[in-house]
Amino acid sequence: MDISVRHLAKEFDGFRALNDVSLDIRSGELIALLGPSGSGKTTLLRLIAGLEFPSGGTIRFGQEDASAKSVQERNVGFVFQHYALFKHMSVADNIGFGLSVRPRGTRPSRAEIRRRAEELLELVQLPGLGQRYPAQLSGGQRQRVALARALAIEPRVLLLDEPFGALDAKVRRELRRWLRELHDRTGHTTVFVTHDQDEALELADRVVVMSQGRIEQVGSAADIHDRPASPFVFSFVGSSNILPVEVRGGEIAYRGTVLGRTPDADGPRSLFVRPYDLELVPDGAPGIGGTVSLARRSGGSRIIEIDTPEDGRIELELPADAPGSVGDRIAVRPRRWHLFEAAAGARVTGG
Amino acid sequence: MTQALAFKRPSVIPGFGIAFGFTLFYLGAIVLIPLAALILRAAGVGFTEFLTLATDPRVTGALKLSFGASLAAAAINVVFGLLVAWVLVRYDFPGRRLVDAAIDLPFALPTAVAGIALTTLYAPNGWIGSLFTASGPLGFLFGEGGLKIAYTPLGIVVALTFVSLPFVVRTVQPVLEEVDVELEQAAATLGANRWQTVTRVVLPAIVPALLTGFALALARAVGEYGSVIFIAGNIPYVSEIAPLLIVIRLEEFNYAGATAVAAMMLGISFVMLLVINLIQAWSRRRFGHGA
Repeated sequence: MDISVRHLAKEFDGFRALNDVSLDIRSGELIALLGPSGSGKTTLLRLIAGLEFPSGGTIRFGQEDASAKSVQERNVGFVFQHYALFKHMSVADNIGFGLSVRPRGTRPSRAEIRRRAEELLELVQLPGLGQRYPAQLSGGQRQRVALARALAIEPRVLLLDEPFGALDAKVRRELRRWLRELHDRTGHTTVFVTHDQDEALELADRVVVMSQGRIEQVGSAADIHDRPASPFVFSFVGSSNILPVEVRGGEIAYRGTVLGRTPDADGPRSLFVRPYDLELVPDGAPGIGGTVSLARRSGGSRIIEIDTPEDGRIELELPADAPGSVGDRIAVRPRRWHLFEAAAGARVTGG
Repeated sequence: MTQALAFKRPSVIPGFGIAFGFTLFYLGAIVLIPLAALILRAAGVGFTEFLTLATDPRVTGALKLSFGASLAAAAINVVFGLLVAWVLVRYDFPGRRLVDAAIDLPFALPTAVAGIALTTLYAPNGWIGSLFTASGPLGFLFGEGGLKIAYTPLGIVVALTFVSLPFVVRTVQPVLEEVDVELEQAAATLGANRWQTVTRVVLPAIVPALLTGFALALARAVGEYGSVIFIAGNIPYVSEIAPLLIVIRLEEFNYAGATAVAAMMLGISFVMLLVINLIQAWSRRRFGHGA
């Protein structure tokens, strides 16, 4: 089911949670809404579900205008961060709930509902747990049950609100992979919300990066990584260092030192560079100089921070065998970078 | 010594010994010793004598009335107390806090005052009572003679409903506030309409609290005296409640008779509360609260 969102806005008591958002979701796509808290990603998801109603704009499911339809009429599967399972019902009853509340004419028989619940338990890899109660399951199992419950109504679109947010890191990674496989098998149009950039970039076909109620960029993981549309996107999807530079005659100069070339017009810029895109330069060669203030090992690499005289700390991620210990004076040079308007860069903090 | 120690489990929370000791002493002094005295007194009467006293038609009539009217009042409050709690929790309206505070008035008002006020209202010449008399606007609904509320068992139910209302509201209210709104949203996304959501998702979550409220309201109503004696009319065999009968027996210096009625009340109350507790334990398991 294609979903098309046009000029969507949502206001809560004078606060604009969503501001003129337009987005096309293709049928069968797995798409992530990524952003910090307060970016409007959950509001957008809830508007698509019909759990909130927009202050302006339209939502279309295929050719049909869904904007004014109730949540019951939209036929969406919604999975909550904290599962929202019905505690007093067995797992099978939870899964069958959506079928059992249908009007008499379209309601399947009890036996049929039970059969469907068992089928879905197979699908989410929890066969035989139908008679358990939610309290007897682990967090990961509960979220699978919640997903099976959402799938039971054969939804036109599957919406997941921070589905793995309440789980520990290991279970989260497992479920992530599992959800991707499930999506490839069932082909549901799926939208999920997350604030975890790894989760979004690893799992989704396309990622929608949001900030302050607006869409900053829509694209594949590669687009977001390699061609960030704004300083915000660059900073949000990974660690970054920001340096004030001057472009003159196609050369990028950092405090008199030429770091590289650019086709950009002359003027002040902010240079954004990832810690792993910085390399050490040999003694005497031009670079960004500073004193090593911190050096530690992290997995297969070394994390080094250098103090520059004018622009504070710069973080580097170097191979594990790279030299440099606290107190050494070293110089570095960016291999790859992104230039943004200096003014725009000023409001972005690294991290 | 070892047995006494085995009783006490190692705990990071200090003060078990003193707290537990005090709890036993307190319960003993306040609850158990007076009740034990009552039972001793009743046992001193002798079994056949006790049976004669306890099965006296006036006594059984009073007991039936007391427990019947209390059950009716508690049942009424389960329905309407739930409604009041629901409105207070789910809707925001001007004066909500005022209504919320008013719920506790039956707690604070001297029960005799409540009884007199209710009697004035529900007597055949009172504001509400007059509506139901044979000549009143609603009287025809109840046949020739209209409906008499005050000075009948019906009046007793009215008074008991009044005094026991806060118990249901105040036990259900916090639990209802805790019911996660996401559960209702989940039910809605699955296609459930409002009625299905309330009956199949929200109500089962508050059944244990509702039972607790019912038990408290019932216990309060059974022991109520002050408000009832004004509205009941106190006609033996018709509208005489058991607590009043105890007082009457005492005034006759018939201590054995008073003790017999009291012991019967105690026994019936104990059995009823025990049954409610068992139902509650079952419902907690059934509705997944204890698991």
